[in-house]
Amino acid sequence: MSTNQSEIRYLTPTTVEVKKKKYCRFKKNRIRYIDYKDPEFLKKFLNEQGKILPRRLTGTSLKYQRKVATAIKRARHLALLPYVADMLK
Amino acid sequence: MLNQYETVFIITPVLSEAQMKEAVTKFKGYLTEHGAELVHSENWGLRKLTYPIQKKSTGFYNLIEFKAEGSLIEKLELEFRRDERIIRFLTFKMDKFAVEYSVKKRSQKETEKKLEA
Repeated sequence: MSTNQSEIRYLTPTTVEVKKKKYCRFKKNRIRYIDYKDPEFLKKFLNEQGKILPRRLTGTSLKYQRKVATAIKRARHLALLPYVADMLK
Repeated sequence: MLNQYETVFIITPVLSEAQMKEAVTKFKGYLTEHGAELVHSENWGLRKLTYPIQKKSTGFYNLIEFKAEGSLIEKLELEFRRDERIIRFLTFKMDKFAVEYSVKKRSQKETEKKLEA
């Protein structure tokens, strides 16, 4: 059985984690306008408490992060999204 | 210069369907009277609000898309504030991407309807 495995064995696994590169979904899919009337889509940018997720987690570019933020705020005003929530997802 | 606007407003749920329609036609009439050109309108029906507004948990959502002078918006919003049937409203000036998006969305809906029929 062990003949198939390599001779050198390490105590800790040496596999280097390959980081998946984040990308801006709006740039990639060429979305130019973010609709504030679509709460289901905007929920992708919220955490469970209804807070807007930071760019470093979603990978959105700065230009579109600003647009996402305003769209979410508009949706909140129209009671399409909550200002405060618990267990949104 | 005519700009394209889009206004979403929430009507109080205590009204009947007919009364609600009457309120919508009132605002449509107000817009056309003051030289606005209606492009599109939608009625989303009774929807649940994610948080209560004026102690109400539901409301009739309506959307009107129109072309108008910028000075009309202030008057329209004043009219919204005066009308106690309106519990929330938002007017949004559409840029070219927004117009493109709404035209696309509408044509998609129409083709869906045609497919169903």
